[in-house]
Amino acid sequence: MGASRGARGSGVIYEVFRLERKGQPFQHAGSIEAPDAVFAEWYAREQYGRRGESVALWVVPREAIAEIDEFVDELERNYHRVDGYPLKEKLKEARERAGTAAAGDR
Amino acid sequence: MTDQEFLEYVQGGGQVETHDELPDEYRAKLIKFIEMHGNSELMGVLPEREWILRAPTLQRKLALTAKVQDEVGHSQLIYRVVEDLGKPREQCLDDLISGKSKFHNVFHYPTKTWGDVGVIAWLVDAAAIISQKALLKCSYAPYARIMKKICWEESFHILHGRDVILTLMNGTDEQRELVQEALNRWWGPLMQFHGNPIPREEDPMYIWRIKSQGNEEARQQFLDGYVPQVWELGLTVPDAKLRKNDDGVWEYSEPDWDELKHVVTGHGPKTEERLGLRRTTREETAWVRRAVLAEAA
Repeated sequence: MGASRGARGSGVIYEVFRLERKGQPFQHAGSIEAPDAVFAEWYAREQYGRRGESVALWVVPREAIAEIDEFVDELERNYHRVDGYPLKEKLKEARERAGTAAAGDR
Repeated sequence: MTDQEFLEYVQGGGQVETHDELPDEYRAKLIKFIEMHGNSELMGVLPEREWILRAPTLQRKLALTAKVQDEVGHSQLIYRVVEDLGKPREQCLDDLISGKSKFHNVFHYPTKTWGDVGVIAWLVDAAAIISQKALLKCSYAPYARIMKKICWEESFHILHGRDVILTLMNGTDEQRELVQEALNRWWGPLMQFHGNPIPREEDPMYIWRIKSQGNEEARQQFLDGYVPQVWELGLTVPDAKLRKNDDGVWEYSEPDWDELKHVVTGHGPKTEERLGLRRTTREETAWVRRAVLAEAA
């Protein structure tokens, strides 16, 4: 068994990810509650693979997933981000200097 | 985020996840709405279950059994979402069988003939899929995600229902009559299905963007999609007022809202019997749940 007991006491919560076609990314489909990994596998097959809608499933105990949802940019490293490259304004200026600016830009 | 900021966020198309901070009112509305959906999937199999043993061919028996299995599967997925919001499945089931929570009006009615089975799989599922497609953009993302699978399976059921109806309509006069009579029985409940025409801006489920369309929009979409399909088979819709106006809006006789209220509050012709069956099966299968948990312990 891959996980400790879930919050509800009667089973473990597993997140299910499904692959619709080879070559595509696995996508989160939903969750199931099962007493152990063996039941989880069968519940996942029934819920997410019975109609041939998936070619593969990942069944992961929810507690095994480490979620990171804060991305603090303390050093303001804007060269890592799209907004660090304000091309639009610079292009406008460059076009003006080159005399190639469209009527709408002036 | 304040409740007001949250409201603006979801109204702007924003979606949230299980572990995000949710306003209490939003969480309560979500639980109520999603729980009723789960109840409806679970109770919705009972009218069809009555026909598994009486299905006209082995193929139909297997198809109907598979549909029943799909719908129960939907209720399991949906109750799982409710559990993550804080209400355990056992409590949902307690509230369902005690009559404290509700399920959709159409599942409180009897199924008289095989024609009813066809009308349910075709038109009740069609009405349901219109409501469910309006949940694909639900502000609560885990619910929206499982709806993808549910909608896909529901379209499959409509196929099955349409095939049942077409087979009957290509049969004897008696079979054709069976379909017409079933349609007459189901039209009233179908017209009530999407609820009273409350403007969407006043509908809390729309305000919180749990669903993305109003009741009347859903009903118009149903009429627009399916009345022509009913007519082309030579069937008569039992509403003399029904017509599509030049502006594209369907006109119809006022549905019986008192009946809707009466039925969904637990007074439908089959409410007691079906809840009783749910109660009995829950007791009879308790040992399975205990055994499964003991096995894994």
